[in-house]
Amino acid sequence: MSEQQYKMIHCWINGCERSAMIDVRASLTDMLRNDYRLTSVKKGCEVGECGACNVIIDGECFNSCIYLAVWAEGKHITTLEGLMGPNGELSDIQQAFVDETAIQCGFCSPGFILTAEEILERGKIYTDDELRKLLSGHLCRCTGYENILRAVKKTMYARNGKKMPKEQ
Amino acid sequence: MVIGKSLPRVDALDKATGRTKYTDDLCDRGALIAKIVHSDKAHAYVKSVDIKEALKVPGVVKILTCFDVPEQPFPTAGHPWSTDPHHQDVADRHLLTRHVRYYGDDVAAVVAEDEVSAVQAARAVKVEYDVLPIVLDAQEAMKDGAPLLHKKYANNVLAHTDIRRGNYEEAIKEPGLVKVEGWYDTPTVQHCHIENAVCYAYEEAGKVVVVASTQIPHIVRRCVGQALGIDWGRVRIIKPYIGGGFGDKQDALYEPLCAWLSMQVGGRLVKLECTREETFVNCRVRHAIRSHIISYVRADGTMVGRKLECWSNQGAYASHGHGICAKGMNAFPQLYPCPNLEADSWTVFTNRSVAGAMRAYGMPQAIFAVECHTDDICRKLGLDPIEYRRRAVMPKGYVDQFSKNELYSDSFNQTIDVGMKYMDFERKYKEYQNQTGDIRRGIGMSVFWYNTAVWPISLETSSCRMVMNQDGSVQVQVGETEIGQGADTAFAQMAADTLGVPFEKVHVVSCQDTDVTPYGTGAYASRQTYTAGMAIRTCAEDFKAHILKVAFDYTRMQPYLCDIVDGNIVRITDGRVLMSLADLSASVLYSLDSSEHLTMEKTTQIKTNAYSFGCGFAEVEVDIPMCKIKLLKIINVHDAGILINPALAKAQVEGGMSMGIGYALSEKLIYDEKTGKALNNNLLDYKLSTFMDHPHLEVAFVENPEPTSAYGTKALGEPPVIPVAPAIRNAVLNATGVALYELPMDPHLLFRKFQEAHLFAKEE
Repeated sequence: MSEQQYKMIHCWINGCERSAMIDVRASLTDMLRNDYRLTSVKKGCEVGECGACNVIIDGECFNSCIYLAVWAEGKHITTLEGLMGPNGELSDIQQAFVDETAIQCGFCSPGFILTAEEILERGKIYTDDELRKLLSGHLCRCTGYENILRAVKKTMYARNGKKMPKEQ
Repeated sequence: MVIGKSLPRVDALDKATGRTKYTDDLCDRGALIAKIVHSDKAHAYVKSVDIKEALKVPGVVKILTCFDVPEQPFPTAGHPWSTDPHHQDVADRHLLTRHVRYYGDDVAAVVAEDEVSAVQAARAVKVEYDVLPIVLDAQEAMKDGAPLLHKKYANNVLAHTDIRRGNYEEAIKEPGLVKVEGWYDTPTVQHCHIENAVCYAYEEAGKVVVVASTQIPHIVRRCVGQALGIDWGRVRIIKPYIGGGFGDKQDALYEPLCAWLSMQVGGRLVKLECTREETFVNCRVRHAIRSHIISYVRADGTMVGRKLECWSNQGAYASHGHGICAKGMNAFPQLYPCPNLEADSWTVFTNRSVAGAMRAYGMPQAIFAVECHTDDICRKLGLDPIEYRRRAVMPKGYVDQFSKNELYSDSFNQTIDVGMKYMDFERKYKEYQNQTGDIRRGIGMSVFWYNTAVWPISLETSSCRMVMNQDGSVQVQVGETEIGQGADTAFAQMAADTLGVPFEKVHVVSCQDTDVTPYGTGAYASRQTYTAGMAIRTCAEDFKAHILKVAFDYTRMQPYLCDIVDGNIVRITDGRVLMSLADLSASVLYSLDSSEHLTMEKTTQIKTNAYSFGCGFAEVEVDIPMCKIKLLKIINVHDAGILINPALAKAQVEGGMSMGIGYALSEKLIYDEKTGKALNNNLLDYKLSTFMDHPHLEVAFVENPEPTSAYGTKALGEPPVIPVAPAIRNAVLNATGVALYELPMDPHLLFRKFQEAHLFAKEE
């Protein structure tokens, strides 16, 4: 194996400055799972179809399986492990997923929660249809999406200091 | 009491924080990687395998081929074993095969230091074949002269069973009968659990250990032992959290091969992880079943004679085999009893991917046929589909002579009432008849039938172990697995109530390890709360009795005067708290006179089964020129007995409805007619429901306690998927007058059927 196959990648992961020699062929999923053992980043298809590997890069969500690790140079990356508070407190959206029974097998949950976080960070109120579209990059086979929608919606209204309208 | 409360899942916190470890998360990064060389022929004999070039790939450790594997065939179905040879699963698999029977069959395996080397080497393996003709359709495969997949099975028929009641041929001679006939086709679909099939294996302490994403660790242990020809006690299966199963992981998948590969490289750690494309092709799929129903009915709809024939497409190997089609057929005479009836079912090998268990085990296929047919009868006779069902469906008090299952409650009428009210069915059904125009609305429904667990077809047994800690908290272990459905939480609720300890003090051990976990067959047949419930209750009651006996030394009170309430020993005569379980268990364990670790373990055999019923309603908008169905409103109503955790129960139903919507409208694994290759084995081209594909999913329950059940529960995990497709189909019938006879009801089908029905009038 040639030396050019490895490159020093320097980035911020969940707020910590990190650097490591990374195989230039590796995906960001591979780097986060294998080099940093951040196993909340899930592999469901490895071609950007299911959304299980989703992470936040500089405030925007990406399927990390189709994002090369070398592109992470200088970037700020958040995985689900980075969402908890310093003393292990759940963030509001994590708590909402627990409270609203939005989790079953849990395999798609990390990706969903991070996309939800990205949406919530915008500070906007979306309609149900808009939320469905914004969340539609993730596949879930357990929940029928119903409780995930409710968890995101509930947190969206709470963050905006508004009362959630009564459900249909 | 916590039964009936919507408590958060016991694993929710870990899953919400990403700390839950699934199989691949646990595997050491130093593992060798196994990759399989799959055939690019759907039917062929392997003449030779040339591994010379592949061995040159740097990092390759070993390459094994179909000429290296053990000779004995083995079964894979996730059924309890039977000591009666006539009831044993068909053993037709080899770890790697010399007779390739589907496109993608396993010919050789590469073990390498890393994934890239393994993939490169697998590509460099050269296989020479004697190519054979293929057959993909079940009825075609039964014809004389069709390519034969397994020598033992003439005309590719794995099994044929039948049912005969009364005299069909004589009965249909009655003058004035109306004949209603239909052919109903369901497609091959896949489970699409988001975690692909994955396992890793290594040798330790004289055993081969396999950590696997499986629903059935104890059964997989037996299958691995059989496949490798080693003592079952030398196999240890560990099941961590799994990312969904839905029946696909109710089979021994690649656990036997992975164990064997590890043993071929000196017991080193070997990981075998399917890609998504492999999960679609090389794991299991749902049987495509074609059903032919003929009903002879009187003018008022009374069924006089009925005939059912169904052909189940098994694919290349037996797996769960005929059980799936037979279950569907067995529902036929029960759901709508008819005195004169003939039913026949065939399960037939073809050169497709192997069909196995999938959520509701043959019933989505069977109920699609039966419930479309029910609406066909109503349409032909001008009967109201609800009123007719109420009249014709299995009546309260019905007893099935084989299973001894009894319909104890008026479940059908009660669930139908709830569904009708929510949908405003009566008004809409009439309003939507005889519409014209491009956009039309319709409403439809379907009832469903399901059993709980597998008795008396197979063994039903469950074991439970309870271990008390010094603080009075309890570990609970059962062989029934958490696969996302929430079983651990329900088990904790049951144990807490029966034992008398707070919910927070019950720790269900989620990970199953066949060296440690008491015997239980796993997660399938919607059996968890029913069968494990019985083991939990038996164990908890005996444990409580034992604890009260032990407590005598400390309280001087007779056991019958005491109870355990909220983690305390309480004298029931006056309600006084005598001591806490924490004090008792610590005192007993550290006693210098009579130390005892408080534990209990019980095995419960289950010799009952329970009917689980309900219905589904759907309202659609059909865009005729666009050949599109938009789902406007949908509800499932279940009588699953008592709900242990209503929020989790509702979530289960929503997930099943979503799967049912995909089955109805978009999902189909497509095979190339010439080569047998799967053409859409990825999550982009295979259309499972996304967030945007359904409206709000409404769920309702009618809770009639099941009299035979330890906690009044019965099947809920699988049934939700069943009524969705026929309800939508009947809604389209109501909207357009066009009866559809196959799934999925996608634009390809609608275009063909609407054209046949001359709905595109302007063009002609």
